Amino acid sequence: MATTYQLPFEKSVVEIEAQLERLGADVLRAEGDGEPPKKEQTAEIKKLERERKRVLKRAYGELSPWDTVRVARHPKRPQMRDYIDLIFKDFCELHGDRRFGEDPALVTGFARLGSIKCLVVGHHKGRTTEEKLACHFGCAHPEGYRKALAKMKLAEKFGLPIVTLVDTPGAYPGMGAEQRGQAEAIAVNLREMSRLKTPIVSVIIGEGGSGGALGIAVADRVAMLEHAWYSVISPEGCAAILWKTANEENNQAAAVALSLTAKDNLRLKIVDAIIAEPVGGAHRDAAGAAEGLRKWLTERLRELKRFKPENLPRRRYERFRRLGEFEEVAAAEASDGG
Amino acid sequence: MVGVFFLYKANAGISTEHDPKRMTQVAGRSWTDLKVTTRRASIPEGLWLGCPSCEKMIYRKRMEANLHVCPECSHHFRIGAKERVRQLTDPDSFEPMFTELRTSDPLSFVDRKKYPERMAAEQKRTGQTEAVQAGAAFIKGRAVMLCCLDLTFMMGSMGSVVGEAVTRSIETALDRDLPLIIVSCSGGARMQESGLSLMQMAKTSAALARFDDASGLFISVLTDPTTGGVTASFAMLGDVILAEPNALIGFAGPRVIQNTIRQELPEGFQRAESLLAGGMVDRVAPRRELRNEIARIIDYAGK
Ligand SMILES: [Zn+2]
Repeated sequence: MATTYQLPFEKSVVEIEAQLERLGADVLRAEGDGEPPKKEQTAEIKKLERERKRVLKRAYGELSPWDTVRVARHPKRPQMRDYIDLIFKDFCELHGDRRFGEDPALVTGFARLGSIKCLVVGHHKGRTTEEKLACHFGCAHPEGYRKALAKMKLAEKFGLPIVTLVDTPGAYPGMGAEQRGQAEAIAVNLREMSRLKTPIVSVIIGEGGSGGALGIAVADRVAMLEHAWYSVISPEGCAAILWKTANEENNQAAAVALSLTAKDNLRLKIVDAIIAEPVGGAHRDAAGAAEGLRKWLTERLRELKRFKPENLPRRRYERFRRLGEFEEVAAAEASDGG
Repeated sequence: MVGVFFLYKANAGISTEHDPKRMTQVAGRSWTDLKVTTRRASIPEGLWLGCPSCEKMIYRKRMEANLHVCPECSHHFRIGAKERVRQLTDPDSFEPMFTELRTSDPLSFVDRKKYPERMAAEQKRTGQTEAVQAGAAFIKGRAVMLCCLDLTFMMGSMGSVVGEAVTRSIETALDRDLPLIIVSCSGGARMQESGLSLMQMAKTSAALARFDDASGLFISVLTDPTTGGVTASFAMLGDVILAEPNALIGFAGPRVIQNTIRQELPEGFQRAESLLAGGMVDRVAPRRELRNEIARIIDYAGK
């Protein structure tokens, strides 16, 4: 179970897991020779398992914001396509924006969530080097956002609810993306998603990087997986600007300052719920994480089905209209400040 | 066009609170119509500045009287929101709104400085409370709802207050059946309010959807620079999009792009003229023509 991507706070866990692996291998070898596992071996495994769980629970119970970002970026963390396999049935992928091209960083398609037919939209980062490069590590281009909107309009037309899964460091900052109107593509999605007459539910499953994330997350209900992050800028980007350099220390400080964890976003009412992950994070138990996600999505879609589709945009507008914090001073004071 | 509110209010805040260094307004004539008069004799040295474009030394007052455009090469200097309002609106017609909005510090944001300290310093330096000026006004006799972002205040960044002022401007235009003019110039969403700044993108864009449903006219004016979350929300959603010459307009900043692709960016990349050539804006409008351009579009598309 050796991972090349080692989280610093997981050091003791990794040691325990290595021991467990050695013990397990011993037991298996003995079994192959027809010997039952020794009593002390079983006891040792049980003890280590308990210890592993205890250490994990403690480490993941108090993740620093910067460590949360690292967990959200874990290479073994389940991605959008993993959740499609684990939660949905009969996924029918739909490609292309009919304008410029096909962007593999934004995946769209019809699927079934239990008995509910829906449209799934989500960022995909890629697993293999080849796939990661094709997906620009989950950074979508304008054609991705335009494809997403085109398919969401299909969903509206055919009365299908929309599920979006957000997992992106941000929209792709490249020359072609700019020339083809990255900003316009995202802006149009924000405007159009706000008035789609069909239920929309969004979950930030890993990274919720700025406008590139929001571009598919204007929804009736928004949730975050426990160890996901969602913010206006990445900690590195923020550190580079406000602290002048992005190093380990500044990234940590920026991650704290940005209030990017699920708890922070819930407090600020940016998201409506936190979906718990299995102990030790989704990368340790994809099926467990998928189950939490499936339950939340199903419940929300059932709940939203009760509203008339034509009333949803007004409610969605009110949800976003409330967001933001400011004070209002008395008129006299206001004119002084002019 | 029905003007349901009072116009030409005598002491309407903005127009009468000019920077004393700047020329005073001549009543009854628009700022744009003013003739530029130059007196080159005996001018102290500090009153000259080098134009970053043509590199000629220009007399500051002459440049300012020329709408902050270089008289030699037409380089458009960046201007604050108060100056923008003064240039665009009919004299004394601007009625400031939403001035009661004040930034709080919902995240208790601290970088190398505390956010409230940063705000206080900006407020002291600029004499303003936030990076926006909004209000009802007249442009060449046409009633409009005008909202100008202010680059001189924290790079015109959008936090809760700017987002709220933009949204209320949209809602006011909708309520009063007015054309909406938003002049953008911004470094993007404000980091110090993180997720809440991000949500202003959704909030303003959703408000524009309602305005669009009601067939409201939204003219978006993009000025140097318009980037990040402002571009990726209301700024690119104009029914008609005007851009000032050579304005930098984009989602990602040029440095970020350069770091990503690791090659030199072509000449004119992300500038107004290349956006026009690429089909991303309707018109490139010199500052001198902005009032005319806006009035003309209102006459075609306004109610
Ligand atoms: Zn010049």
